[in-house]
Amino acid sequence: MAIIGNPKYADRIALHLSKYPDKRSAVMPLLYIAQEEYGWVNDDAVNEVAQIIEIDPTQVRSIAGFYTMYSEKPKGKYWLQVCTDLACALRGADEFHHELLHELHIEEGGTTEDGMFTAEHVMCLGACDRAPMLQCNFHMVEKPGGLTMDDMRLFIEKARSGDADLQALIAEWRNLVNEHLKTFE
Amino acid sequence: MTETKRILLRYRDVNADFTDIEEYGAHDGWVGLKKALSMTPAQVIDEVKASGLRGRGGAGFPTGVKWSFIPVNEPVKYLVLNADESETGTFKDRLIMEKNPYQFLEGCLIAAYAIGAKTAYIYLRGEYLEVANLLDACIEEMRKRNLVGKDILGSGYDIEIYTHLGAGAYICGEETALLNSLEGKLGQPRVRPPFPANKGGGLYSEPTVVNNVETIANVPWILQHGGAAYKAIGTEQSAGTKLYCVSGHVKRPGVYELPFSATFGDLLNEICGGPLDEAHPFKALLPSGGSGPIVHLNDEVMNTPMSYEHTAKLGTIIGSASLIVMDDRTDITWVASKVTKFFKHESCGKCTPCREGTYWLDKVLDRIMAGEGTEKDVVLIENVAKNMAGITLCALGEFAANPIIHTIKHFPEDFKKHVSGKKAVSKPLPMAGD
Repeated sequence: MAIIGNPKYADRIALHLSKYPDKRSAVMPLLYIAQEEYGWVNDDAVNEVAQIIEIDPTQVRSIAGFYTMYSEKPKGKYWLQVCTDLACALRGADEFHHELLHELHIEEGGTTEDGMFTAEHVMCLGACDRAPMLQCNFHMVEKPGGLTMDDMRLFIEKARSGDADLQALIAEWRNLVNEHLKTFE
Repeated sequence: MTETKRILLRYRDVNADFTDIEEYGAHDGWVGLKKALSMTPAQVIDEVKASGLRGRGGAGFPTGVKWSFIPVNEPVKYLVLNADESETGTFKDRLIMEKNPYQFLEGCLIAAYAIGAKTAYIYLRGEYLEVANLLDACIEEMRKRNLVGKDILGSGYDIEIYTHLGAGAYICGEETALLNSLEGKLGQPRVRPPFPANKGGGLYSEPTVVNNVETIANVPWILQHGGAAYKAIGTEQSAGTKLYCVSGHVKRPGVYELPFSATFGDLLNEICGGPLDEAHPFKALLPSGGSGPIVHLNDEVMNTPMSYEHTAKLGTIIGSASLIVMDDRTDITWVASKVTKFFKHESCGKCTPCREGTYWLDKVLDRIMAGEGTEKDVVLIENVAKNMAGITLCALGEFAANPIIHTIKHFPEDFKKHVSGKKAVSKPLPMAGD
């Protein structure tokens, strides 16, 4: 389906266009919406965004290509991005990333055969005190003291049993983070 | 040593949920704003100047002075909040926005009023999607209470605050790249002058102030208690408290708020519990993420206050105060390589020295890490780094050079190990898409 004329996105598109004096500024939020609809930034996504903000599709493509959070190829249902930057690597993030790829039987940036998971490593995600950690479809997945491979096996199992189970697990870990933060008070 | 005089994380002292607008209001919320609205914008700027508040994004520029650069008579002005925190080891702004969002937003209102902006944009890194959603919800709560929108609190002043999500580009934390990104262009730095505060240099060419989240979150307290009270905290040239992000080899990593007069030892030994593993003492410290100069974590450093002026005497910077702590198991050549991969990936490609320099540094460091380098390679990367620093449009060229220049200067023995024919301890991974 399209994003133009799609009632699912009409309010959000209107909101973003109303935020800025120049609608070109809405290119980034609109690319996120298009990516949500198509799963990645394909030609339809680029053309629709270009049409809404009235700039050339080539310019939209250059924006999409500049930023790493717009995907230029299809991803699995769950896009896992492990931070392996220095602060995380000092707490075992490189090993964690390798083991995760091994567990999923994929190469760096690859997608599992069932289309469930894409995994790759990325630059700093701003959660250096909870390393190793990752983001899943742009939502932080983190635990006090960091994630272990046992945690990730549970994560994979929950994801395969259903999205609600996975979200419950992520929320449970988030609660642990919030409880841990209270120990600082 | 405990955290004292908390301003930004004061919810920790009163044990309240500051994400609830009622609780925030019950704990001195909006007092600073009301005070500001009863003053002229020029008086507000003077109060912030008197506080000695300096920008917390890393550069430490005096905030009140920055505000005073905005021409009063221009009809359209913008306030932009830099919430793009992407430096390796930095995770303080996220905590402020997640746990004390209204204090940050109150600061936005005061700053916007001071410079005469009717629109403020909060530019968050794309990874902070949930934080942006939280702020959007907070702004709606404020709207219900006439704290955002037309004629706020009956003052005659109109203000709108919007969030804007980035999409994974470190360079957008650089203020002119951020403005380009916000305008829907490639997030690459601009040529200055004109500066953002000048007509022609800011957002949509209008005069614009770009402030860091932590900077702005201090402002309500300053208005409530007065600039002099704020100036009394910290050191002579570093007023107030700072959020210190601690990661790496310590027992209790996290974000801690301390006055600038606290020492590295106070933070790392007493608050963070010392080395992660007692058998492995501290070796090195990056006090300001990947981009600041590295130092030996010795007694001299431990006894130094974590202020702008004291860290400068150590040959480094406090910057955004992102302390990455490394114990004696850490190979500093590997650190240089790791940080270089970051900057190679994040170089926006606009300036040749940075784009090509980071590429070649990475290539040669890979060779060194693979045990195939020579002593000449160490000289080569130092030479390349020195030829990048200071000749690019933004500071990233310098940031990318620092990890090389200062690791070689302070830890030459770690490089010698790699070029004496021995195999590397660990080999960093290539980035996806390289």
